[in-house]
Amino acid sequence: MSLRAHDVTWTAQGRPVIDGVTVEIPPGGHTALLGPNGSGKSTFLRLLAGLLRPEGGTVLLSGHDLHRLPRRAVARRMAVVAQEVSSEVEMTVLDVVLLGRIPHHRRLAAVAGEEDLTYARRALGRCGAAELEQRRWPTLSGGERQRVNIARALAQEPTELLLDEPTNHLDIAHQLALLDLLAAIPVTVVTALHDLNLAARYCDHLLLLHRGRLVAAGPPEQVLTGETVERVYGVRAEITTSPTGRPGLHFLGPSLRAPSL
Amino acid sequence: MRRRPGAALLIVLGLLLLLLSIAAASVVGAAGLSPADVVRTVAAHAGLPVEPLAPLDDGIIWELRLPRVLLAVLVGAGLSVCGAVLQALARNPLADPYLLGISSGASTGAVAVLVLGLGAGAAALSAGAFAGSALAFCCVLAVIGRGFGNTVRVVLAGVMVSQLFSALTSLTVIWAADAQSTRGVTFWLLGSLASASWASAGLCAAVAAAGMLACLPACSALDAFAFGREAAASLGIAPARTELLLFTVTALTTAVLVAASGAIGFVGLIVPHAVRALTGGRHRVLLPACALYGGVFLLAADAVARTAFAPREIPVGMLTALIGVPAFALVLRRTKEARA
Repeated sequence: MSLRAHDVTWTAQGRPVIDGVTVEIPPGGHTALLGPNGSGKSTFLRLLAGLLRPEGGTVLLSGHDLHRLPRRAVARRMAVVAQEVSSEVEMTVLDVVLLGRIPHHRRLAAVAGEEDLTYARRALGRCGAAELEQRRWPTLSGGERQRVNIARALAQEPTELLLDEPTNHLDIAHQLALLDLLAAIPVTVVTALHDLNLAARYCDHLLLLHRGRLVAAGPPEQVLTGETVERVYGVRAEITTSPTGRPGLHFLGPSLRAPSL
Repeated sequence: MRRRPGAALLIVLGLLLLLLSIAAASVVGAAGLSPADVVRTVAAHAGLPVEPLAPLDDGIIWELRLPRVLLAVLVGAGLSVCGAVLQALARNPLADPYLLGISSGASTGAVAVLVLGLGAGAAALSAGAFAGSALAFCCVLAVIGRGFGNTVRVVLAGVMVSQLFSALTSLTVIWAADAQSTRGVTFWLLGSLASASWASAGLCAAVAAAGMLACLPACSALDAFAFGREAAASLGIAPARTELLLFTVTALTTAVLVAASGAIGFVGLIVPHAVRALTGGRHRVLLPACALYGGVFLLAADAVARTAFAPREIPVGMLTALIGVPAFALVLRRTKEARA
């Protein structure tokens, strides 16, 4: 049960977006994928999810090259919550969550059965969305949609769950509730995040990307140092220990140093 | 199994409605034949021991009306299902069966046959239309290249190729047409079921059935596409393969239907929307319901087309818009109100 990337590269129009990244995702933990805009977070998450094929290097799922495994077999292990795409979906919440059962159907033509329904309802319950079951998707708020998205992913019964900036467009209460939920589920979670304080508070392993390269990896107090933050984000930050025992960042202003390469 | 009384009810209702419409449409017409006459004709041709009708009446029912009724149901059903599939794949509510250049290609092919005298009769016309459609679809595939994932590119490729073939059609008509063939072309372009025969209905039945069989196993995949291509991929579906398969199936099905009936507009656009407003977006229910209600819709439109202005017949393609727009507006209003 492990997810690793070995010397992975990806280019877009001749420009390297991901440049030789090697990481190991700790099983069972919550890993945050951090980095400034354009650092390659989303691309790297897609590479880990097998949605993009690396141009160099390999992504290994339990030691197997991800792109040599059957797509459906991968989907039975790994679930992805992408950034919000569509609101024009004419389905009920239960139907949306049942989409997560597709990889488990014996044939693609199979109809959702009792077992699928049980898994879908359990996933909704875990996400605190049981009462939304019969609601139509277009009527949901942003926070409700995100909970249903995660329920759909959990209905896949994944061992790995990958999320691309799931806290976007959520107010602070919903952001905390969502990250609490992710902390409570017993699967390996990888989340691309913008908010360094949330990452420090909720994640036990941080990966910091800068211009397509991995510049730091480890526990929050090791990765989020004033020096690293200033070098990668070009921002001065004072770092204290917050009441939760995790690092807390206070941003002071733009870096006074010339940006390093 | 999930129990959905709403969905099951809609399917049963559609089936009843279809049977009723077939019965009604077989009776309606200028010749003043009764339902009993229709039953007797069918029974006689089925080899049952009943006394057949007079040859003229028998011919009207057996050679003209029944193939036409059957063709209307098949074309309406086929276009609606293709429209629903393409709307899901292109994730575009404006998608219809003619999205990928099929109708323009068919027009070019049919006009080439009619005007340039490449052959004679309905069979040559249909063959020309099918060849034109296939050519247009190949052009669209060539323009899209490997960019299936980019729905904007797919739609643009379809629009471009449609424009190209429309221009070719106009050019052919202007260059070589006389008044008689121009009128024939106009009638054909608007779509009409007047040339229905057992042969064309049989061919359409086979193709529509094959198309439906190819689409039904893809229902889950189509559902998964609702949240985009990547979501489908992360659910274990191969998006490019699904897209190529379904684009090809719908294109070929549409090409055969258009070759038999001309480019009847609007059915493949509005029936999926109207049915989706009733059934929701799950394709396992949506596609069969589209087949049933699409068949009923075109059958009704055609019955009106051939009787309302008798003895003159108007192209059914005009009527689908005349009936369809108000009906669609009503559905749209009702669903909006239901949501509010």
